[in-house]
Amino acid sequence: MSLDDVKTSGFKYVGTSPDRPDGVDKVTGRAKFGADAYAAGMLHGAIVRSPHAHARIISIDTTKAAAAEGVKAIVTRADFHTDLSGENWNIMENVMAGDTALYDGHAVAAIAATSVLAARDAAKLVEVTYEILPHVTDVDEAMAQGAPIIRAGAADNSVPDGLHPNVVRYHESGHGDVDAGFAEADLVIEDHFRTEATHQGYIEPHACLGTLGGDGKGEMWCTTQGHWNVQKICSALLGMETSQLRVTASEIGGGFGGKTTVFIEPVALALSRIANRPVKIVMSRSEVFRASGPTSSTSMDVKIGMKKDGTITAAKGVFRLQGGAFPSAPMEFTAMCAFAPYNLSNVKQIGYDVMANRPKQAAYRAPGSPMAAFAVESVIDELCKELGLDPIDTRLKNASHEGTKASYGPTFQRIGLVETLEAAKAHPHYSAPLKPGQGRGISCGFWFNFGGETSVSLALSMDGSAQIVVGTPDIGGSRASMALMAAEELGIPYENIRCTIADTASLGYNEVSHGSRVTYASGLATIKAARDAVKKLCGRAAAKWGIDPEAVDWVDGCAVPSGPNAGDFDPMPIAEICKRMGSTGGPIVGHFEASPEGAGVSFATHIVDAEVDPETGKTSIVRYTVVQDAGKAIHPAYVEGQYQGGAAQGIGWALNEEYIYGKDGRLQNDVFLDYRIPVASDLPMIDTVIVEVPNPGHPYGVRGVGETSIVPPMAAIANAVSQAAGVRMTELPMSPPRVLKAMDDAKGG
Amino acid sequence: MHYHTPASFDEAAALAASATGITRFLAGGTDVLVQLRADIVTPDTLIDIKHIAGVHDIIQMPNGGWQIGIAVTGAEMTEHPALAAAWPGVVEAMDLVGSTQIQGRATLTGNLCNGSPAADSVPAMVAADASVSVCGPKGAHKVAVLDIPTAPGRTSLAKGEMVTAINLPAREPGGGDAYLRFIPRTEMDIAVVGCGVNLRVDGGKITHARVSLGAVAPTVLLVGEAADAIIGSTLDDAALDRLAAAASAACNPIDDKRGTIEFRIHVAGVLARRTAKIAYDRAIAAGE
Amino acid sequence: MSKIHVTTSVNGDAVEFLCDPRETLLDVLRDRLHLTGAKEGCGTGDCGACSVTLDGRLVCSCLVLGAEAEGHEIGTIEGIANGEELHPLQQKFIEHAALQCGICTPGILVATKALLEKNPDPTETEVRYWLAGNLCRCTGYDKIIRAVMDTAADLRSDMKEAT
Ligand SMILES: Cc1cc2nc3c(=O)[nH]c(=O)nc-3n(C[C@H](O)[C@H](O)[C@H](O)COP(=O)(O)OP(=O)(O)OC[C@H]3O[C@@H](n4cnc5c(N)ncnc54)[C@H](O)[C@@H]3O)c2cc1C
Ligand code: FES
Ligand code: FES
Repeated sequence: MSLDDVKTSGFKYVGTSPDRPDGVDKVTGRAKFGADAYAAGMLHGAIVRSPHAHARIISIDTTKAAAAEGVKAIVTRADFHTDLSGENWNIMENVMAGDTALYDGHAVAAIAATSVLAARDAAKLVEVTYEILPHVTDVDEAMAQGAPIIRAGAADNSVPDGLHPNVVRYHESGHGDVDAGFAEADLVIEDHFRTEATHQGYIEPHACLGTLGGDGKGEMWCTTQGHWNVQKICSALLGMETSQLRVTASEIGGGFGGKTTVFIEPVALALSRIANRPVKIVMSRSEVFRASGPTSSTSMDVKIGMKKDGTITAAKGVFRLQGGAFPSAPMEFTAMCAFAPYNLSNVKQIGYDVMANRPKQAAYRAPGSPMAAFAVESVIDELCKELGLDPIDTRLKNASHEGTKASYGPTFQRIGLVETLEAAKAHPHYSAPLKPGQGRGISCGFWFNFGGETSVSLALSMDGSAQIVVGTPDIGGSRASMALMAAEELGIPYENIRCTIADTASLGYNEVSHGSRVTYASGLATIKAARDAVKKLCGRAAAKWGIDPEAVDWVDGCAVPSGPNAGDFDPMPIAEICKRMGSTGGPIVGHFEASPEGAGVSFATHIVDAEVDPETGKTSIVRYTVVQDAGKAIHPAYVEGQYQGGAAQGIGWALNEEYIYGKDGRLQNDVFLDYRIPVASDLPMIDTVIVEVPNPGHPYGVRGVGETSIVPPMAAIANAVSQAAGVRMTELPMSPPRVLKAMDDAKGG
Repeated sequence: MHYHTPASFDEAAALAASATGITRFLAGGTDVLVQLRADIVTPDTLIDIKHIAGVHDIIQMPNGGWQIGIAVTGAEMTEHPALAAAWPGVVEAMDLVGSTQIQGRATLTGNLCNGSPAADSVPAMVAADASVSVCGPKGAHKVAVLDIPTAPGRTSLAKGEMVTAINLPAREPGGGDAYLRFIPRTEMDIAVVGCGVNLRVDGGKITHARVSLGAVAPTVLLVGEAADAIIGSTLDDAALDRLAAAASAACNPIDDKRGTIEFRIHVAGVLARRTAKIAYDRAIAAGE
Repeated sequence: MSKIHVTTSVNGDAVEFLCDPRETLLDVLRDRLHLTGAKEGCGTGDCGACSVTLDGRLVCSCLVLGAEAEGHEIGTIEGIANGEELHPLQQKFIEHAALQCGICTPGILVATKALLEKNPDPTETEVRYWLAGNLCRCTGYDKIIRAVMDTAADLRSDMKEAT
């Protein structure tokens, strides 16, 4: 698709922010989320988890548990399919430990009983004998010589010789000659950065209700970002045919990437298969923290050379990511995103995927990219400071634009980084005076965005209203966006459209709602399905009028002759065509099934003011502005919401959120009270600017917006805090003790 | 677990005295229910004290002192203007406990008897020289709040003993108190350090002072040296420096997920200064 | 283990149930009364998703035992709208896009309704501190705060008109 095919103006519905279709359900408590399903005869599941970071499972004695009141089924790893390989094997291993418990919280057995309390009580009666093994949770320590080996032979052939067996994948990319580039620079700065793992922190814990009968047919209701993926994995882990398992996605109480895989769903099915009754499992918050996916923790080295005029001559980054006890850290994304905002002649990035005794990392909004931005944008800030350059002008000078060969390989099409930087520069925030003790930071951020398998159908009713059936769960108002796009194409009011999330039996495969793909891919599919329906509507009018279908146009919800030559007929409204569809050729349904690939990368620039208490090292965020390219904002209020939510999560990551492991390898802060996500009184209003540089890969120019917003915050805040505190902060989170110590060290040294 | 709703202190204490296994009193439940849900403590006997007559009352005694019922919630304390005027530090300390929702349930007594070294209201009560009324096998008696906690999660209350009220002295003229805590966020955190100061001034000079610290030792600390550092002063910079040094010196903290040893020691001094200033300003205002 | 018989009122309806002494009010509302509007985000008082009122006082239903409900009046999200007619807060939350995923929304609505009944003219800071026990991970709170402030302003002008 070229830009010429992109509609960028003349919208009637797109670009407005009407009430969402599921609004009433969600403000009245009627909406059914994962834990809100009940079935007749339902049992409740509870999971037995390892209290050890690394331990061989010698035996599991379930005798006492089996005898406890109300217990109907017990499963261990032996109750799952054995013939698995690749990622299915990894997921199986994470869902239920095999020979070895690999992290604190790793599932080792599960119980189904007649009540929640009975199941929990019985779980305590399962006697597991462990042989405790040495463990490692830190990324650098896990790579060091002598570190306990988590799984020998897990490394793939990308890994160079001589590295510790915990290094399981290696990535290298870039172009030019970085050494020559550094030689050209007037100033080269290299620094070491570390970030702790954070959790997506969705407020809804994982929850599911599964039924698997003796007939081999299964039903699964769960909170997920992708039910086809749940269907695919669960069926593999249970050794059943994929189509025999029907998965229905509940309303989803946040995911941010963390609900793109499975944890408890296969367990509920395995228990159900034994008990022959529906089994519901709901994770506790502590289980969510201990055993569902946090991010990777990182150790990074970034080196950048700059000329006095601000030109970057070369950039190099080494990114070590720990992704839990499985090959899974998104280190190639970290490496590839690191320098993407900049037009560089010489760039090199290296990534290491390192295993440690922690839960398997899961995607979290732009997985891998925020850490890279933290390191890279901090070094750029330091260069600007040393060279006396304006941080926005310097970024503008080096900014990637259409035609730039990206640091990760391809050549950028139309992109909007320059526009976000210019909008940030023009924003009153950037020139507002700062109070003493405050600092201002800015940062850019990049995310690829994804397309993926998408299938949508749009059926017209006899009264001319429309129902869209999509396969991507609505996490943040996407039903509204789909309905807006369909309204635009069909030329009928937004209110006349109902958007439903189909179960896996009702539509073709839909890739998980991730990679900011929903508005892009399901949106594109909705538009294409609507156009397909419109074509059929025009065909019916043409038949009635006895003219060529090509001679019929669709205008404002009516078929009209395309010109004077086509004939002289009154416009035929959609309702009139639909009323007669039964007798004019049958139901009218538009379809789209494909894997769109033009997702369109997106960039953002954030500005933040932070104030640091010099006596305690405590930071408050006093002002925050997000500027981001949306391509085209379909429902601007929800685009703003994505920007604000990403910024808020970034603030948490920057200041206080972290996984804290004790020396025993156990997670110390598995409740919200101690895993400190921002509360309402921690945050200022979050200002947003929506920049719209159309994406050539979407009919309306849409780019995904869900993820880029979490990329710049940590770097922007680090730059603000470093300025306010008078010392460069290189480790996340910038918690008060850490900031205070850095200030003290700077004073002392 | 057996759940009881006794109608009198005697009945409640008798239940506790005769119970076997783990016994808990249920006031607001904001500690008891968390520990139950997190599988930390599952009581065998749970004695809900909220049905006992008078436990929801805040009473000013004829001598000007205050008696706070054991089921009085943080929200009810904040909504009591006379109590808040007399003991703003104690009321604010309790108000810091948890969220609005927690305030609707949590009690001073529960905060004290849960035995957490980080309990917010406890340093404020210790600075105020509060006591608790206790009933049990040994009969009714009073115990200083300072003497209730004995170790993290432990109190000096014997089996069958329970607190029946919290007693705050009368607010003397020229007196003021304050409590501050350090947390990394603005709300919903457990104190990394807490500091209570209660003092009296006469002609601008501090005549009496009590300074207490929370979360820097296994139990709340009453720091005599810190009080001595400001008694006789007008809370000038030199006095504040001495106060901060004495507060820091008294700390015996641990490294944990909430803060490091060195951070706690440093912040104890910072908070002592800040808290003392607020208490002093209040005392001056009260003396006018 | 024997169950406790409890008589109480939920959203004005007389209700009776049997519960285990360990069951929380949240467990009872959801699993026994099937009022699933109150959500369990943590079970330990940290997130506010389970917010309800107990005799008009805002509490976390996960920190109240089912047995403690005896003789009290409970208000849940299901009781906020008047039949088809949404409470002004509910309407404003939709208008302001103050919910994304919506899991925090019932708790936040119950909490803000309690706030406005107590303080019809809160400042932004007061709203933020009142809601500090209601976690929202999606919105960054911005639109929630705006929706609450806007509702409060509307309700105040309605009151003025009425007098
Ligand atoms: C989300 C959240 C945030 C919190 N934040 C804070 C905070 O910021 N600061 C803070 O200090 N605490 C905090 N807490 C802890 C808790 O809320 C307080 O300790 C509260 O004051 C406890 O009071 P309660 O009435 O709920 O106690 P309960 O849970 O009812 O009881 C606590 C303990 O006291 C004992 N007890 C109760 N009454 C008596 C009596 N009459 N005689 C003898 N023993 C008795 C009980 O047996 C039990 O061991 C928080 C808790 C939660 C869930
Ligand atoms: S579920 Fe009750 S506060 Fe989180
Ligand atoms: S809207 Fe998702 S948690 Fe608030």
